[in-house]
Amino acid sequence: MPEPTLDITGWTCPAPLRETPRIVMGHGGGGALSAELVEQIFAPAFGGDILAQLGDSAALTLGGLRLAFSTDSYVVRPLFFPGGSIGDLAVNGTVNDLAMSGARAAYLSCGFILEEGIDMPVLARVAEAMGAAARAARVEVATGDTKVVEAGHGDGIYLNTAGIGLIPAGVDLRPQRVVPGDVVIVSGDIGVHGVAIMSVREGLEFGVEIESDCAALGGLVETMLAVTPDLHALRDPTRGGLAAALNEIAAASGTGIALQERAVPIPPTVGNACAILGLDPMYVANEGKLIAFVPRAHADAVLDAMRAHPLGAGAAIIGEAVEAHPGMVVAHTSLGGTRVVDLPVGEQLPRIC
Amino acid sequence: MCLAVPGKVVEIEERDGTRMATVDFGGVVKEVCLEYVPDLAVGEYAIVHVGFALQRLDEESARQTLALFEELGLLQEEFGDPWEAAAAEAGTVPGPAVKDEAQEAQR
Amino acid sequence: MKYIDEFQDPELARRLLDDIHATATRPWALMEVCGGQTHTIIRHGIDQLLPDNVELIHGPGCPVCVTPLEVIDKALEIAARPDVIFCSFGDMLRVPGTGRDLFRVRSEGGDVRVVYSPLDALKIARQNPDREVVFFGIGFETTAPPNAMTVYQARRHRIPNFSLLVSHVRVPPAIEAIMTSPSCRVQAFLAAGHVCSVMGMDEYPALAERFRVPIVVTGFEPLDLLEGIRRTVRQLERGEHTVDNAYPRAVRAGGNPAARAMLDDVFEVTDRAWRGIGTIPDSGWRLSARYRDFDAEHRFSVENIATREPAACRSGEVLQGLIKPHECEAFGTTCTPRTPLGATMVSSEGACAAYYLYRRLGVTPTKLEASPVA
Repeated sequence: MPEPTLDITGWTCPAPLRETPRIVMGHGGGGALSAELVEQIFAPAFGGDILAQLGDSAALTLGGLRLAFSTDSYVVRPLFFPGGSIGDLAVNGTVNDLAMSGARAAYLSCGFILEEGIDMPVLARVAEAMGAAARAARVEVATGDTKVVEAGHGDGIYLNTAGIGLIPAGVDLRPQRVVPGDVVIVSGDIGVHGVAIMSVREGLEFGVEIESDCAALGGLVETMLAVTPDLHALRDPTRGGLAAALNEIAAASGTGIALQERAVPIPPTVGNACAILGLDPMYVANEGKLIAFVPRAHADAVLDAMRAHPLGAGAAIIGEAVEAHPGMVVAHTSLGGTRVVDLPVGEQLPRIC
Repeated sequence: MCLAVPGKVVEIEERDGTRMATVDFGGVVKEVCLEYVPDLAVGEYAIVHVGFALQRLDEESARQTLALFEELGLLQEEFGDPWEAAAAEAGTVPGPAVKDEAQEAQR
Repeated sequence: MKYIDEFQDPELARRLLDDIHATATRPWALMEVCGGQTHTIIRHGIDQLLPDNVELIHGPGCPVCVTPLEVIDKALEIAARPDVIFCSFGDMLRVPGTGRDLFRVRSEGGDVRVVYSPLDALKIARQNPDREVVFFGIGFETTAPPNAMTVYQARRHRIPNFSLLVSHVRVPPAIEAIMTSPSCRVQAFLAAGHVCSVMGMDEYPALAERFRVPIVVTGFEPLDLLEGIRRTVRQLERGEHTVDNAYPRAVRAGGNPAARAMLDDVFEVTDRAWRGIGTIPDSGWRLSARYRDFDAEHRFSVENIATREPAACRSGEVLQGLIKPHECEAFGTTCTPRTPLGATMVSSEGACAAYYLYRRLGVTPTKLEASPVA
């Protein structure tokens, strides 16, 4: 074998991608790219103090009423997946965004963007799923709209829903209220929805007895607020998973967040699917879970109340807000080490190494 | 490099002349190509990487490794390195065995 | 999962750590070659639990990171063609080529698909006989046999619309290159267990002897890493330099003969450029002449794309442990995980990416307090 001749000082590296001139998938991934899009394009263009708070939903005062107002669009593929469909997501997702302000959703709007050629029974199934989800969440779909795009310009059905609801008196849920000492509670097993979706995605298919956790969280939140209206912040860890939600709160509150990794409830099948694909369950999406930042004095009572609710049966204390490492999420591993849990950059991708 | 995980073979079939298996990774099931470990039997474990079994997982070795970890710190003060003690007892000392090969290669 | 969970046991980890702490009396620099092992180390905070005098240098074993810019550019060129379905492992999509990455190509209309296995790409080729299906065949000795089997199947079943863009790399020449570099600080290697599952251990005794370094074949779970480190430190303290197998449940001395035979049939050894490092003789595989018809470089005439990597970062020195990431001028300024300059920043487990995270904590990884919260 010839002697390798390496000139260390001459070792070179590639030029970086300084910017992305076009939208890439990661801009919709709920991570750093999404945040940049909002900061650099939307917030400057729209202005306004309310938008600048960048919550899951906006808290408004209108005619003396405190309202939560939120919108979300749904582009899931496939349309039907174990445990739900795009219709369930569209209702529950917006109901949950409102619930994170402490509001019980009252009315939803619904916009359909349909691809030419989609089978009528498919649309009917989606609509029925939406109706059932709305009844379960006790919310009314009050207005809607339908547009059709040419074949090849959509994935069958895209949905948008917006919702409003009343915020009860004395409730003020914002990341800015999180202070060191607050206890972090998650309402149950994480990563379930993301793994259920991945199990049926082309190119990744695997068999797993797992169904999306898609559910409306308004009732659970009411139960928690009944213990004390003084919860500090709620978040539903959807895209980007627990990691993205915790990072958003750490950044907005300026506190650090310390997690006990062993306390995070991860079902074995989720952990195993992630092990095969090289993913971290902390970054995998949820659709029926919330994280709560609760003053320490109320933590046990809130936890008990959550565990008594069907959607909070698996609730667990997973960490606390701390003065150290402001704006950062640090996990303490079961071996006694630590690792930084950063904001995901873009899409979660299966890795081979 | 190379995320590979151990899975249990639950079913084997020939498909288009290729030996394929259904492999269970703790409740997660995937199709895996067995061409490189053709004598793998149902119930055995394989190390799987990007849809291919690359090696049989030797369950006895796994048990021995764990048993030696268990003994670590308990036996050490009395008997020295438990790895070497156990390996010598079993007649298989991985390190020196390869070392011999190294010396042979040198000769 | 069975045979994973047991090897993450905190109590057994404590015993292994105690032994390492008791054994290490002098400063030692160990390199874990494999990116997967680096991932485990960072993920579990193992580096912070080791004695101060045991230093882990993260090696160049991330196949995604070391795939040369030139090959990425060839991939981008092929993936942008309207007649092509370009299939890849997920983690290749984010790696920057010259001015763009595969995500960008997809945003510009390219049909780029993430697959779990190369066989999935072959399936896509069967389902789309009127399209050219190209699989991006990167990786070390572990990933090479699956890719070899796939192209072998394509030839056997006469699937003419399938081809492979190959950039495989081999570990032993990289170890040799690192050790012959004049300022090398590495005193021992944790060899990549899954590479050895395929290749066995034949290639290592000569290296251990020539460079007088212990080489311990090591697995990927926390206890495996700790055992690899423990055995390495023992050898170093005793002045030994043998090849040892700390991963016997997955590694046989001769590796996997069937896989090695397939590699010999499908591939031939070639020089290969490593991103951020340079060309290492005989460090890669390319398709052998028999499979030239399935070589995407040949089929799409991208053989002449030649890209020079502009000098910018010092990842080569980082990879050898000569400097710490933050000592590089580009670190954290022009070079961040979003806009990586080099291999060590591209991958989330790369040394620079790890440092980038920890620097925001105001500490270096090794000085982190490992105190539990509650």
